[in-house]
Amino acid sequence: MPSLDATAPSGGGAGIVQGQSVKTRSGALSRGGGPRMRRRRVPLLAPWAFITPSLLLFAVFAFAPIAVAVVLSFQDVQLFGGGTFVGLDNYQAMLTKPLFWTSVKNTVVFTLGTVPTSAGLGLLLAILLNRKLPGRGVIRSLYFLPMVVSGVAVSLVMVWIFNEDNGIVNAFLQAIGAPRVSWLSSPHWAMVTVVIAVVWGRIGFCMVTYLAAVQSINPALLEAAEIDGAGPWRRFTSIIWPLLSPTTYLLIVLNIVFSLQAFDIIYVMTGGGPGFSTTVLVQYIFRSAFTDGNMGYASAIGVFLVAVLLALTVVRNRLARRTDDLS
Amino acid sequence: MTVLTRTRPVSVADQKTRAKRRSKPRNERMTVGRWFVWALLLAGGLVMFFPVYWVFVTAISPGGLAQSAGFSLWPRRINLDIFAQAFRAQPVGTWMVNSLIISVSSVLISVFISLLAGYAFAKYRFRGRDALFGLMLMTIMVPIQVIVVPEFVIISKLGLVNSNWSVILPSAAQAISIFMAKQFLTAIPDELIEAARVDGTSELKIFLRIVLPMSGPLIAVLTILTFVWRWNDFVWPLVALQTANKFTVSVGLNSLNGAYAHPWDQVMAVTLISMVPVIIVFLIFQKQFVQGIAESGLK
Repeated sequence: MPSLDATAPSGGGAGIVQGQSVKTRSGALSRGGGPRMRRRRVPLLAPWAFITPSLLLFAVFAFAPIAVAVVLSFQDVQLFGGGTFVGLDNYQAMLTKPLFWTSVKNTVVFTLGTVPTSAGLGLLLAILLNRKLPGRGVIRSLYFLPMVVSGVAVSLVMVWIFNEDNGIVNAFLQAIGAPRVSWLSSPHWAMVTVVIAVVWGRIGFCMVTYLAAVQSINPALLEAAEIDGAGPWRRFTSIIWPLLSPTTYLLIVLNIVFSLQAFDIIYVMTGGGPGFSTTVLVQYIFRSAFTDGNMGYASAIGVFLVAVLLALTVVRNRLARRTDDLS
Repeated sequence: MTVLTRTRPVSVADQKTRAKRRSKPRNERMTVGRWFVWALLLAGGLVMFFPVYWVFVTAISPGGLAQSAGFSLWPRRINLDIFAQAFRAQPVGTWMVNSLIISVSSVLISVFISLLAGYAFAKYRFRGRDALFGLMLMTIMVPIQVIVVPEFVIISKLGLVNSNWSVILPSAAQAISIFMAKQFLTAIPDELIEAARVDGTSELKIFLRIVLPMSGPLIAVLTILTFVWRWNDFVWPLVALQTANKFTVSVGLNSLNGAYAHPWDQVMAVTLISMVPVIIVFLIFQKQFVQGIAESGLK
């Protein structure tokens, strides 16, 4: 039975040339591309029949709306009304509006606040929890659990925990003699609170990904280093960290993508406020579309954001290719 | 083109051999330093668990354990009647049923069509295959906020606004599920499929009788992930569902936000109820869930 392994060469058509035996990147002979295959009748309709249900749904609910959004970005269109073409006006408006730049800045701050913290804590936990410890399974579960809690539920709990008058955090601060904090009503702290809520839900993901990578390190390597007298810190810096670097790169890119798309928690916890202090780009798009009713403008910001995300994907793919070459 | 992680996922077989290798005693003594690390990890774990605990404690304390009169970590009195009250005050039961119908239907449709498409991408060669696959994967990068308006127009043209289908259909085809199915099904030996083809078995029967029975682990992972994703969905249901009796539990929960209208014990009671199904799924299928997360690169 095949395991859920991703060892097979994926995507990109493994460079099969008819009649020749071509080596794929992993070095194995490419299956199914050889002369043996050619004698057989190749089913032409079956694959299309198999992808039709998905393709149909993609066409209606993904490709079409994306295309429409791109068209809308060049139009002046009020909520669900007809539009008139205005060329690049929406993009020009975007670049000149201060609120756009505020939300870009907030997005950068939010991303810088969430990405290194969740990746760093994930790495630390993966390494510490990879060793044999009493109750390791239970402790791991404690860190994993937040992954299944919905954004709305997380937000409501966090709003309650960080409530200024009746929340447990401020009560705790007061009990230890520290000053109370306006967690959600001061522009500065609101961003901090939102970042805490998001990191809480994301540590488990980073830990899972790192754990899979840590477990794939050959233990003999670490044992050999230990016999040679390398302490834990030395083993980490000289063996574990370099071997994990592909995972680190990928996790950072993925986390940036998540942060650029993060919406639920900010929407429920602060609604982008106080003022516009937690308005990130997706929040701004939603606001422009539904509060201001300016579909064309919202779509232009959306196209800009998707362009950034696709650029990140290109980076990610470059990294993945480099990873393949290394292994 | 692969958009998502391939961080050398751990196969079950791998884990077994590794466990065997590990079971040799290799300096597993608990030293003072180790106990210290252990205590820190446990403390961190408890902090991570605290919000979930706090939902529960707030729900069962009369008045929601407000901290105005000093700091306390557990309730002095317990009031379990709050759950019955929450069900009476809000259509929580209806929301749960809606969420359940939507999540289960989504799982059934999504897992089946993802397997079909993943199989086509893994085992057939056809014109435009890689381009199509890349195009599907690209949709992962498009935040829902960007397409929510055109999507709404399409749903209303189809006459589906405010129905369960308006939530089920748009999220049924998931690029990430197709990607995972393709990765898994590529590993099925071509010889098996070829042999059946020689025997004159139709392509559909090959899929149903040979491929499907071998896909148990894949189906398990996709089922669990899809269920959790759909149960927790928020933005799209928020736009597509418009009356309280059609809400999913996430949308319903959001409608309670605004602390002045609703007492915290009630809000937390509904929050707790909304989390119960996914927490149960997580506790039972933690292994598959974690494995799925590690492989898909999505949470």
